[in-house]
Amino acid sequence: MASQNGIGAAVKRKEDARFITGMGRYTDDLGAHGQTYAMFARSPHARAKIVNIDTAAAAATDGVVAVFTGADLKADGIGDLPCGWLVKSKDGSDMIQPPHPPIAVDAVNYVGEPFALVIGETLAAAKNGAEALSVDFEELPAVVDLASAARTAQIHETVPNNQCYDWELGDKAATDAAFEKAHHVTRMDIVNNRLIPNAIEPRAALGEYDAAAGSHTLHTTSQNPHLERLVLAAFVNVAPEAKLRVISPDVGGGFGSKIFVYAEETAVIWAAGKTRRPVKWTAERSESFLADAHGRDHVTHAELALAEDGEFLGLRVQTIANMGAYLSTFASSVPTYLYGTLMAGQYKTPAIYVEVQSLFTNTAPVDAYRGAGRPEATFVVERLVETAAREIGMDATDLRRRNFIQPTDFPYETPVALTYDTGDYEASLDKALAHVHYAAFAQRRDASEAAGKKRGIGFSCYIEACGLAPSQVAISLGAGVGLFEVGEVRVDVTGSVTVVTGSHSHGQSHETTFAQIISEKLGVPFENVTVLHGDTGRSDYALGTYGSRSLAVGGSAIVKATDKIIAKGKKIAAYMLDANADDVEFEDGSFNVTDSNQSLTFAEVAFAAYVPAKYPLDELEPGLSEKAFYDPPNFTYPAGAHVCEVEVDPETGVVEVVQFVAVDDFGNIVNPMVVEGQVHGGLAQGIGQALLEHGVYDDTGQLLSGSYMDYTMPRADDLPSFTVDTTTTPCTHNPLGVKGCGEAGAIGSTAAVINAVTDALGVASIAMPATPETVWRTARGE
Amino acid sequence: MNVTLTVNGTEHTLDVPDNTLLVDVLRGQLGLTGTHVGCDTSQCGACVVHLNGDAVKSCTVLAGQADGAAVTTIEGIGSPDDLHPMQAAFRDNHALQCGFCTPGMIMSAIDLVQKSEGLDEQAVREGLEGNLCRCTGYHNIVKAVLAAQQNMAQGGN
Repeated sequence: MASQNGIGAAVKRKEDARFITGMGRYTDDLGAHGQTYAMFARSPHARAKIVNIDTAAAAATDGVVAVFTGADLKADGIGDLPCGWLVKSKDGSDMIQPPHPPIAVDAVNYVGEPFALVIGETLAAAKNGAEALSVDFEELPAVVDLASAARTAQIHETVPNNQCYDWELGDKAATDAAFEKAHHVTRMDIVNNRLIPNAIEPRAALGEYDAAAGSHTLHTTSQNPHLERLVLAAFVNVAPEAKLRVISPDVGGGFGSKIFVYAEETAVIWAAGKTRRPVKWTAERSESFLADAHGRDHVTHAELALAEDGEFLGLRVQTIANMGAYLSTFASSVPTYLYGTLMAGQYKTPAIYVEVQSLFTNTAPVDAYRGAGRPEATFVVERLVETAAREIGMDATDLRRRNFIQPTDFPYETPVALTYDTGDYEASLDKALAHVHYAAFAQRRDASEAAGKKRGIGFSCYIEACGLAPSQVAISLGAGVGLFEVGEVRVDVTGSVTVVTGSHSHGQSHETTFAQIISEKLGVPFENVTVLHGDTGRSDYALGTYGSRSLAVGGSAIVKATDKIIAKGKKIAAYMLDANADDVEFEDGSFNVTDSNQSLTFAEVAFAAYVPAKYPLDELEPGLSEKAFYDPPNFTYPAGAHVCEVEVDPETGVVEVVQFVAVDDFGNIVNPMVVEGQVHGGLAQGIGQALLEHGVYDDTGQLLSGSYMDYTMPRADDLPSFTVDTTTTPCTHNPLGVKGCGEAGAIGSTAAVINAVTDALGVASIAMPATPETVWRTARGE
Repeated sequence: MNVTLTVNGTEHTLDVPDNTLLVDVLRGQLGLTGTHVGCDTSQCGACVVHLNGDAVKSCTVLAGQADGAAVTTIEGIGSPDDLHPMQAAFRDNHALQCGFCTPGMIMSAIDLVQKSEGLDEQAVREGLEGNLCRCTGYHNIVKAVLAAQQNMAQGGN
């Protein structure tokens, strides 16, 4: 039986053997014969016209193979980088998408935007060539401040007021009416700070052109190689889809930032074709800071209307979202369909109205970063709820309980377009409070006070929507792609199994967890299962990995394929055993004829499938390999309760996170060890946003936080050990009953931390990140 | 310039430009790609190797500075069939996800444990302050190092 390594077991990872011995193969570890090196020349200005680029000296530099400008790409028919989600404004008009050439042609609009590409025999030669470029920029005033970005200089000719769209969701009249009858209204101005994703592996690309086959191969650090290929083929016109293979080998973390199709890999694969030489580029960390898509960056005013007994009557949210200088691949969807739709949170708020104005600024493009819209929504809702509780003098957990959607309410339709399938929010909160010993908090606070410290506790009861779906709904709302996933289960002749998935693992452990599913479903030993991913040459078109979708969508596709394997195996077994196929059952890895002692092992049936001696091939094809596409009928809705306890030293402003408890409901769990790890990492990023991380531009658009000396990444001594636990209400609409766990930590935790810090300081709000300086000033009433 | 390095027990003499970094010799000329570059500025620790027994960030050491030295990289401490106790502890405690920071983290952790006694959680956290991980939140890394400390004390490396 498979249970030892099946669903629910904390199986050690297959991936680890290569990673802990230095045998991982990341993009920068690869090389090709005759390889050249690319260096991008990047704008030093936040906004400028490109008057002239003189490439002569660069081209004449020793070892330089070629110099290309944006004009060269344009002249060769290379198209703009597209945004894949069309959002409509309140008046029904389409969002405005300014041209986004991969390499700037006439103007640069953020510091770090590439305007030329120099290819050298060595990296040093390419760098020397880039230094030798002579560029005549005409500097223009930069638009940096988000709150005033609609009332200042116009960045793009086609975009009045720098407004991409002005979107709304919910019933405005009903919400206004709810506020009319409110006993109390809590109002907050909330800034969600800009973050820079910082996967530890910088982005990289190796482009190759095979002149004999007329085909391109791009190795790159992508979370979704098929999407990369689709965009490069259909929109950018690098090569036809069938002549372009995109491979994502081992990828060192993504967190959203490697979903997008960027300038660099686009230019690299194009240049490989032009130069007929392999071209390699690996970002230096400063390039990652400047030119990876950033995350978050909202300015919000939000109001919660309450009845006298604490019942939530209405929620009103106005948000300005920063798009940066151009629309990144999915930028438009993040502050709308992944944000406004989450404003009900875990509560029965009957009337909600959300307005989102998305604006361009002369900063790096902003797109999905771990959680993508849902952390921002959670931060708004959970800061409001906690603040409302303090204002009306009610315990913050009691106020939440007063308003929770109850287990008997599911399926529950929110006023912001989602239908939650299942959940038990109070169960998670109860468990979290037990872990944190909430009843004894007052004593701990007194002890801190006696020691000259200030202790606070904060809560965050979040919900998220994962496994973005179904395709037809998403497409009707503007998505430019389907949202299904493909899974292929190839049973080998000897009964081992090769799984090909369209999902991609860049830390998520698919090679292990997907093998556990196969082991459970087919009874094949875990060690006999190999999972392949990240290669358009191996798997059918699929959507890759983002939005905590891999298991809920990709795993479900694999389950569907195993169902087909079992169905066919039963037919083969029936012929072999002279039985009726309806009488064959599959259990624990063997095909058994009911009411008899006749049975065949899975391996015996697999062998017979490929050595078809005893079944009619006109009725049943040989082989045992099946594929399934799975398109979910709904999102999944992971939810949980996060509790943070902090101790603040008012003399120094240092915040110590003394306890962090996360109790999450991810539905069924395939590998609890992996799930806990995902939560830990998400918590670190959420706590990092609250206390440490901030992407900062000065008012001329220079990135001030452009290195690890300036952008404070959470380090081991900044964080506590976490207490992580789960509750379980299985997802009702996918075959595994799973919900997804990749983003929850980053979604729930930030609000819990800030709620704890404001509780400790006795203040209504504090700016993020709550650095020691900010805390110290706030504690002094500045 | 000529540089002689003993890397994972094998001596190499290489002709390199004066400004060549140790990490580029390891990754480029010797093909030891287990040592990674995450930041180029000695902030992230993905490139940590041992130079004459001390953990160093190989993106900030010139190859010439390492002339005559013994260098140990992640490839030199164990194999899948014969793991170093620190490697085994990382696997057993799920102390890695994407794996990119892992070689540097393991090399730093070995150095930390070898040069300290009775490390507690806080000491491990402070000792690994020079290595960034974006995936694990460090929780399981700390667990792994504490577990490896016990195993290494009981006769491992």
